[in-house]
This record gives sequence, structure tokens and C-alpha cells, in this order.
Amino acid sequence: MPGPDVASVSAAPAGGLFARLHLDPPLMAALLLLSGIGLAVLYSAGDAGSGQLERQLLRLGLAFGTLLIMAQLPPALLRRLAMPLFAAGTLLLLAVLLAGDTGKGAQRWLDLGILRFQPSELMKLTVPMAMAWLLSRRPLPPNAPALLLAALMLALPVLLIAVQPDLGTALLVAAAGLAVLFLAGMRWRLIALLAALAAAAAPVLWMLMRPYQRQRVLTFLDPGSDPLGAGYHIIQSQIAIGSGGTYGKGWLNGTQSQLEFLPEHSTDFIFAVIGEEFGFAGTLLLLGLYLFIILRALAISANAGDSFGRLLAGALTLVFFVYLFVNTGMVAGLLPVVGIPLPLISYGGTSMVTIMAGFGIIMSLATHPAFDARPSSAIR
Amino acid sequence: MFGKHGTSRERMKERLRRADEAERRPPNFAARRAALGLMLGAAFLSVVGASFYRQVLEHEFLKNEGEKRFLREREIAARRGMVTDRNGEPLAISTSMSTVWADPQRLAGHMEAVPSLAAALEVPPESLQARLDTYIRDDKRFMFLRRRVEPQSADAVAAVIDQYGLSGIDMDTEYRRFYPGGEMFGQVVGFTNVDDAGQEGIELVYNDWLNATPGKRRVIQDGRGRVLEEVEQIRPPTHGRDLALSLDRRLQFLAYRELKRAVAEHRAVSGSAVLMDAHSGEVLAMVNQPSFNPNAGRTEPVEARRNRALTDVFEPGSTIKPLVLAAALESGRIHPNTPVDTSPGFLTVGRNRVRDIRNFGRLTATGVITKSSNVGVVKIAQQMEPALLWKTLQQAGFGRPTAVQFPGERSGYLPHYDGWSQFEHATVAFGYGLNVTTLQLAQAYAVLANDGLLRPASLLRVDTVPAGQRVFSAQTAHQVRRMMETVVSNTGTARRAAVAGYRVAGKTGTSKKATGQGYVQGKYQSVFAGLAPVDQPRFVMVVMIDEPRGKDYYGGIVAAPTFATVMQAALRLYNVPPDDPAGKLLLASAHGRAEQ
Repeated sequence: MPGPDVASVSAAPAGGLFARLHLDPPLMAALLLLSGIGLAVLYSAGDAGSGQLERQLLRLGLAFGTLLIMAQLPPALLRRLAMPLFAAGTLLLLAVLLAGDTGKGAQRWLDLGILRFQPSELMKLTVPMAMAWLLSRRPLPPNAPALLLAALMLALPVLLIAVQPDLGTALLVAAAGLAVLFLAGMRWRLIALLAALAAAAAPVLWMLMRPYQRQRVLTFLDPGSDPLGAGYHIIQSQIAIGSGGTYGKGWLNGTQSQLEFLPEHSTDFIFAVIGEEFGFAGTLLLLGLYLFIILRALAISANAGDSFGRLLAGALTLVFFVYLFVNTGMVAGLLPVVGIPLPLISYGGTSMVTIMAGFGIIMSLATHPAFDARPSSAIR
Repeated sequence: MFGKHGTSRERMKERLRRADEAERRPPNFAARRAALGLMLGAAFLSVVGASFYRQVLEHEFLKNEGEKRFLREREIAARRGMVTDRNGEPLAISTSMSTVWADPQRLAGHMEAVPSLAAALEVPPESLQARLDTYIRDDKRFMFLRRRVEPQSADAVAAVIDQYGLSGIDMDTEYRRFYPGGEMFGQVVGFTNVDDAGQEGIELVYNDWLNATPGKRRVIQDGRGRVLEEVEQIRPPTHGRDLALSLDRRLQFLAYRELKRAVAEHRAVSGSAVLMDAHSGEVLAMVNQPSFNPNAGRTEPVEARRNRALTDVFEPGSTIKPLVLAAALESGRIHPNTPVDTSPGFLTVGRNRVRDIRNFGRLTATGVITKSSNVGVVKIAQQMEPALLWKTLQQAGFGRPTAVQFPGERSGYLPHYDGWSQFEHATVAFGYGLNVTTLQLAQAYAVLANDGLLRPASLLRVDTVPAGQRVFSAQTAHQVRRMMETVVSNTGTARRAAVAGYRVAGKTGTSKKATGQGYVQGKYQSVFAGLAPVDQPRFVMVVMIDEPRGKDYYGGIVAAPTFATVMQAALRLYNVPPDDPAGKLLLASAHGRAEQ
């Protein structure tokens, strides 16, 4: 339904190909560029002849396809689907817990016969959708009962994912929900209270952690304590990054990754490969590209026509940001090792599709006429 | 558009209207926006800052750390020198072996290759499969498939790799020490440890000579320790030098076999034998019982490793008498036919008595040797000053280590004449109150054999015979040999030492075994020391049997037959012309009662 292009960030020439496909050209260009860089890095970091590159290309195709489809869905539909999808996702999480497949020691997968599927991935989208829906129904900032309801809605899936155990995904889903709460205007006093509670709960959380999770935290605090064991990842990634220097060793010349000193060099630690082969300059350019994507998506969020759109786009953008920061922070030695990939670059499937679906939603919010075009008050 | 019809739609509109009203009174979001910006900025800056710190400030350090990980110095295996016998037969040899290892995770997808791999490595397929399963399950990235396999096995593995297109298998060369001489040479040659360093025997004494210095090369290796490329060779490997021993593999074999048989036959505790070249001082055979196999793991009892021929001492007993006679002859106090009255079969020296086993009556000096009369030899010794006797024994090599410098070699004990009592003067003459090693006794007999010249005993092949030290004259040596020849006769104590076709000289010794508490009744050390042929001696041999527990314990019965068998073989092997084509044939085959 072609309407006045009120909410879109008006870079696209009206009636152009991008506009007809409901795509935001700067964002789309940046995403394509990032994916291209990712393929080039993977070509260098991956094991030659293993078919990694081909599979990654296939996944990228699937991911961009998902983006295209999501971009066509009008925000109103997303809004209506929010709660049913959330309920379905939560039920699937329960199903995984009861009948899931064990992959690498954790129950994350649901075998649907033709494809194995991780319901927790879906929650990265449906949790912010549902919470945005919930909070945008009432005037913002939300009152106490709404906040409590939202907190419960968030806690259930996060806990279900955490017990799988999948700390990384639980963290990302929690981040998505908290981002919605933050953007909705939760009071500072409440945020401070939550932070205090979190600090108080840390010892309890420590008790609940599995030994390997505790080990990761301890190793993060002192990687030298176990240089051949758990500290190995951290030390090797520091060396890989550092040996890149200012301009790097050049593409395909990263000895630490090429010679398999760097573990997980095509998946979680691929940022270290970039650091080694392209140096500080490359790191800076890559982070700049990420920053552009995040700022562009935040701008779309700020210009969205209604609270639902603003909250959803903002939360999805912040999840993307958390992906980026947790991964690069981990590889740069700022954060403990958590299994979170570098978005759109790390080798690996499901998260890429989810991330692109998220950008599809953001594009939809950018290009569809606002459901409620009146000025709104969430963060612009 | 998408909303429901009817009342729900109305309700929604109502809700929206209320929401709108609220939104018209917007809270101040500027602070929130600032907070969001601050958070984003801080996160980016911290990652950029961390990268800057590592990549620009710490770059040199981390680059070095990185290079340390892939640029490695690796050793190039070097071969330790070969130990051979005098004819070049290998006694200790380093063979190149291959060690094969793998990354189990990369083999995980090729389980169909396991049976072929096991066959190539000569291990049971089920055990290899089981080990692989364990390593794969435990997420291990390294396992030895087999250490130190024959090079042919390594070639077979390479073929299996090609056939199945396997990756993750690697191999390297190592040297392994083999001892073809086995237990026959165990104590002499010794052995090395896993680092190829000599631990015992010749391997230890000549470690510096045999030692190989591994070369060094700088390589690029990957995270699993596989060498990808050699950057440079820093230092080529220096192989060890070979070493030829004086031993003759054939004689050693024979001596070992005969000694083993004698020790078993007489149920003795231990035994040793030394065969020497009479002229050069070279040791041609040096064997001990018990022995051990240096190729096996180090599980044998430690005493089995002892080279008793030079680490164990015993009182020489009657075997010293020819040397006492040599000293007396050399001094001119006696000649071979000087009469010596040994009646009544004992002699009182101070408060002690020296006894013979029976009253031999009037003997000549030669007869004292023939009958091994203690009384006679004491009377002869009493005609010499202690210093003269001591000097001869000392010059013959007693009381000081030989030149072989073998680990654990004992120097024996020869008390200085200053402290000799009358009785000690007497007991030294029949071989008590001093002790010697088998090698020392053989070396001393070699002086008799070599016309009075001492040539230091050697375990290495001697290409230039040293001048030697004169202990007594050629004439004296010859006279003593003639005296000793009577021992190996029907009237002597060691007919069983006779060798068909050759004239043999020698002396038996049967000494009571001394312990901390004095001499033990019923425990003996039976010795035979001899040489052949008498006029132009070629070989000297000493056989020592410790504590024979059978009914026989006389040196002439227990030790002499071993001497005869080995001596005969040595004379024939070395093509020594017979000097007594007919005379002793009957004697050699005769059996009869032996005397002391």
C-alpha cells in the first residue's frame, strides 16, 4: 500500500528498486559489504578444501533471503504475530528441554526431521517483539504492573535457555528484553535497583554456574594461570591480534591462524584473524563499518512511526551491538570467553539468519508507512 | 487494515487514544539518549583501545611471542657411534627408527583405514581402534600411533595415507640403540638411556667419543607441532665416532657359553673369565655370570649388570705362587731345581702354622708349583726381603687399577710391605691377605707370558703395541712357564686344563672365601690362570668360579675345563701352530682324580 513515506529515512529515491523491495539502501549496502568482508576473511581463516566457504555462502543466501522476506512484512502484522510467536517459542523451548537433542553436551536442538532447529535462536526475535508489543500498548514510560509483567515475560525464556545450558544465547535474549525496557523509559531508579540486585545475585549466580563456566571467568581474570588449558584461547588470540601490528600481515598471511595456533579461528575468534592480517587499521575500519550499521539502525528506530516500531528496532539494534561487543571484547581480552560469534563474519549458521531477520524487521519498519504516524515519545 | 472487526477493534482504538494522550506528555528522554550514546561510545572505544594497545603498543612483544610459537628450533637426529669387536662385528649400533603420531580428531572420519593402518604399524587392529576411540572421545589432538618402528613400517604407513587420503598423520626419525651381542657383551658394552647417553660399560667410558651431537634447524611448525617447512639449517648433525673393541666376538661367545655351563654345572653363585692376547695386552674375551640383555628393558637385578671381571675382587690363593717364584728366580736366590724341604707338611711362622694338604716331603722349586705346596712357597718367600716380593707383585699390576678405566673397576688390595708381619709375609706368598680382580690376575699372567714385560690391559683394539714395562727378565718368565707346565700334567693339579696339541702352563687356586667375619668353612673361590703355548705364549686366560656348591670346588676341576675348552678354540681360531702334536693328546682325553 503505497503511502506517504513519512517514517522512512528518506535516502532511497522514491520508487527505486530498494524502495519497492522495502530495503534501506545505506543499511543494505553496509550489510552486503560486511558479508563480503566476512567471506574474504573466512577464505583466509578457514580450512582449505573443507567446503566451509561454500556452506557459508549458502547460509548468507538464506540469511539475505530471510531479510528480504521479513522486510516485506508490514509492522502491523509483526505486531499481531508478536504474542503468538512468543508463546510458540516458549513452548518449543520447553519441548527442547524435555525432548531435545544433545549437541556438544547441551540440549539446544530440536530435531524436526528435515532440519535441526534451535528454538532459542527464534527467541532473540520474538522476545523483543513481544515485549515491544506489551509495553507499547500503554503510555510510556511503563507503570509498575506493566514492568513486572514484562520482567516475567523476559525471565521465563531466559531461564529456559540458560538451563540448556546456553549462556551466550541467554545473555543475548536477556539483552534484547532489557533493551526494550530501557528504551521504553524504565526509571533510572529502577535500573539502579536492578543493577544492585544483579550485583547481589552474583554470588548466587556463581554457585549456580557449571564448573566450565566458572573456569571461564577465572581464566578471564588470569589467563596465565592455565596457559595450556582454558587460558590458551585468550593468550593465543592476544598474540594473533598483537602480532598484526598497525597494518597487519596481509590477507592470507596470518601465521597464528593459518598455522592453527589460534583456536576457533574461523568461528568465535575470527576477529583475531582480522586483527592479525589487517592490523589496527583493519580493526578500526571494521569497527567503523559496524558502527555505521548500528547508528543507521538506531536512526531508523528513532524515526519509526510508533512506539512498537521504535522499541523493536532499537532493541534489535542493541542485540546486534551486544553480539559485536561481547565477541570483540572477548577476543580483545576485555570480557570472559562466551560462545558468541562475530555477527555476519564468523562461520556458522543459525545466528546469521536470525540477525538478518532482525535487519529485515528493521528495514520493514524503515520503509513501511507508520502504523500510527503521529509523533511519538520513545527515544528518537 | 489488519485489526479485528467489531468490539475488539473499538477497544484497541480506545486504548490507542489513551496511549496517545500519555505520549503527548512525553518524559524527558534526552538523558536516556545520552546514556545510550555514552554506552555505545564507551564500548567501541574500549575495543578500539584494547586493539590499539595490543597492535600498536605491545606489537613487538606479541609479535615475538607469536614467532616463538611457529618459528622453532628443532633437532636433527644424529647417529651415535657404533661399537664393534676387533673384526668390525657390531656390538652396539644405532638404527634409524620412525615414530608415528596422529591428530585423532582428523582420523575420526576415516575409520575404514584403521585396519590397514594397524597392519602397517604391526599392532593389533582392535587395540589401535580402542585407543583411537578413547582419544577421539576425550577430544585429544595428539597421540602416538607407535614409537620407534622399523623404517619399513613407516613406508607402509605412508602408503596407507596415500591410499585413504588421510590427513593428520606425521612421523619423524629417531635412533634406537641395538646390542647385537646381547647378554654375552652386556656388561662390557653397557647401555645408553633414552637420551642416548652412556649409562654403563664402554657406552659410559667412551660416551664422549661415541656421542652424537644432534644438528639444529629452524622450522616453521603449526599449532600441532607439525613441521611445515625448514627455514634454515643452523648446525648439521655430528654423528658419533665408531669404536673398535679388543674383544673378539667369536671368543667372547665361546667363553660366555663355557663359563655359563661351568657356573650352572657347579651351582656357583657367579663367575667371570678373561682371555687376553699375551703380547699386546688386549682383552679378547671378558665374560661374567650372571649376565643381562641390554636390549631388554631395565628389569634385571642390578648385580647382573656388574662386570665382575673387574668390579669384584678375590684372594688369588695359589695362583699367586708363580709370581712369587718369579721374584725369587729374578733375585737369584733360587733356580728351578733348588731343593725345598716341605716336611712335615706344615711350617710354624710366629704363632701360626702354614699347612699343606699332605706332606710332600722334599721338592724342587718346580715341584712346589707342581704340587702347590704352601710350605714350600713360604720357605722361598722367606729368602726374599718383603720389599722385593712386594715390588714384583706391585709391578705385575696388583693393588692398582688397570688402564681400562672401566666404571666401577676395583684396584684390588696389596698391603704395603712396611706393615707386613712375619706371618703376612708368609700368607702373601700363597695368596691370602691381598685381593685382585680377574682382569688383574690375567694381566699379571700376561707378564709371565710376555717374557717379563707388562703391557697394560686394554678393552680397545691396540694397533700399535706399547713398549711395556719390564717386571722381570725373559729368562725368569720362561723358567716360570716351564714350572707351571708341570701343573697341567698327570702329576700336577690341573690335568683338565690340558689342550690337545699344545703345551699349556697354568696354576690352580682354591681359596676359602673371606667375609666380614673371616674365612667361611665350605665356601670357596675356584680359579685357574694359565697360558699357551708355553714357549711362545699367544693367549692368557683366567677363569674364576665363585662359591661352587657342588661336590667339587678345586680350581683344577671347577675352573680348568672352561680354560681348556676356550683356549683350544682360541688357538685353533687364530691358527696358532701346535707345539706338541702328540704328547698331550692322551692326557687331554684322560679322566681321573684331580689333586689340589
